[in-house]
Amino acid sequence: MEKKKQSENNLGLVKTQYFTFAHPPQELKLESGDKLGPITLAYETYGKLDKDKANAILVLHALSGDAHAAGFHEGDKDPGWWDVMIGPGKAFDTEKYFVICSNIIGGCKGSTGPSSLNPKTQEPYALGFPIITIADMVKAQCNLIDHLGIKKLLCVVGGSVGGMQALEWVVLYPERISCVIPIATALKHSPQQIAFDEVGRQAIMADPDWRQGNYYGQAQPEKGLSVARMIGHITYMSEQSMEEKFSRRQKDKNYSFKFGTDFEVEGYLRYRSDNFVKRFDANSYLYITKAMDYFDVSGDKLLPKDKKLAIRFLVIAFKSDWLYPAYQSQEIVRQLKIRNMDATYCEIKSSYGHDAFLLEVEEQTHLIKHFLNKTFYGYNIARNNEI
Amino acid sequence: MKFNLLALDHQVIYQIIEPGCRVLDLGCGSGDLLYLLAKEKDAKVQGIEIDDSAIYKCVEKGLSVFHGDIDSGLSDYPDQSFDYVILNQSMQQVKKVDFVLDEALRVGRKVIVGFPNFTYLRARLMFFFRGKAPITPSLPYRWYDTPNLHFLSISDFQDFCRQKKIRILSAHYLGKKRLVKAWPNLLALNAIFVIAKP
Repeated sequence: MEKKKQSENNLGLVKTQYFTFAHPPQELKLESGDKLGPITLAYETYGKLDKDKANAILVLHALSGDAHAAGFHEGDKDPGWWDVMIGPGKAFDTEKYFVICSNIIGGCKGSTGPSSLNPKTQEPYALGFPIITIADMVKAQCNLIDHLGIKKLLCVVGGSVGGMQALEWVVLYPERISCVIPIATALKHSPQQIAFDEVGRQAIMADPDWRQGNYYGQAQPEKGLSVARMIGHITYMSEQSMEEKFSRRQKDKNYSFKFGTDFEVEGYLRYRSDNFVKRFDANSYLYITKAMDYFDVSGDKLLPKDKKLAIRFLVIAFKSDWLYPAYQSQEIVRQLKIRNMDATYCEIKSSYGHDAFLLEVEEQTHLIKHFLNKTFYGYNIARNNEI
Repeated sequence: MKFNLLALDHQVIYQIIEPGCRVLDLGCGSGDLLYLLAKEKDAKVQGIEIDDSAIYKCVEKGLSVFHGDIDSGLSDYPDQSFDYVILNQSMQQVKKVDFVLDEALRVGRKVIVGFPNFTYLRARLMFFFRGKAPITPSLPYRWYDTPNLHFLSISDFQDFCRQKKIRILSAHYLGKKRLVKAWPNLLALNAIFVIAKP
């Protein structure tokens, strides 16, 4: 495998941009039958769109992610959430490709969601925000891609909920994608996954500060959201990674014999969830997890029956991921085999659990870089630097 | 990878396959054969491979490959999905040879099977005179580290095809560096059969 110089190759300063569309009366028709508009989507772009507009890659983020995938915002110490993968010479090489990261509707990171102002009432939507689905998120993103003047995306890629969006792109706009990379994701949520989401939602809604969603201008239901996030974090790790990271290590030598944080793992969960409630809206958590639970492109729903599709797939799973176990990725592969699709599947060895898609950089870089090369340039170039 | 650098078995298989064919290679390794078929013969190729590092090498070459085992890797494919299914040096390593061959013959119009010949002369001598499990260039493993589960001769395979009513379309017998013309069951290290359903 190639040696990479990751740390020194970054994009420098980047800025989030905003695109507003679906102005009434042309609102976006949602899967539920409701309408939503106007809609603002936050997005960032890195690299340059080539003359043929053929080198565009759409990156889709996970539950708590945002449009800021790479580079630095002014004054920030930390780069975007997938900076290790996006940049000059990285897996998504911004010297070759034009990378777009789009936020999702329903979120709270600059796109229209429950915390946005409802133009009809001039108050935050709160629970007046319509229930949205992964398909609705993707339809909104497609408006953005139209706005950027891109007819066909070279690649759509995402992990976890981002992977669901990538799969939904295949369902809705198969003719507009050359390749797709679903990572650590599923064709549908299993009862276990729905159950975890429901516990998170119940924790938020049980918090008196939630006030039926009408907490804007007052305190956020921090306790509830924080418990939801703690549950999330447990499911993102693996037993092994928790053992390695925390074991039974204590903050102090002796037990406190109180209900404080004796163990490091408790401190970690509290610290991470305390940070999370500062940057994430509780209602968004409800809406997005509901969209995840509704998502179902299993069976023959993924690939339209009557069409011959020329989409290449790279499906990636991680061995220790028990939230989105490898068998769910293999279900995707099953559908691809049934339809004789050009596809690659790799189950990467990792002990990080579901978090691996953010952490296993070297393996993913290797797979994605060469997969994109082949898709973009064909066999000849793919092999150039190798013989 | 160029043709003349390919291993002899790969050269033979490469020459069997016509341009533009759909090819599935079960146990494709690092993909040297598939790569050449795709690049030079414009074949539409797909591999299945269990070893991670081999998968990375395939992807490096731009090949499409599924990470998984052969025993369960075929069931999802519709009938006749491929012109050729290759089982080179992998048939003797699967658990249920019967089942895998049936499946390969179902999803492929033709199947190319390559395997080491257990009754190669030197193997017989080792067995007979030294009383040892044979080690040969095509069976280089010791009894305790071999990945092979099944040991068969060319005659065994021919019998098997006769019993199963599998048609043998062509047979190729390989020595160390060139093809073997006479007494293959005694002199060939490896055999490659092209077979099809009756």
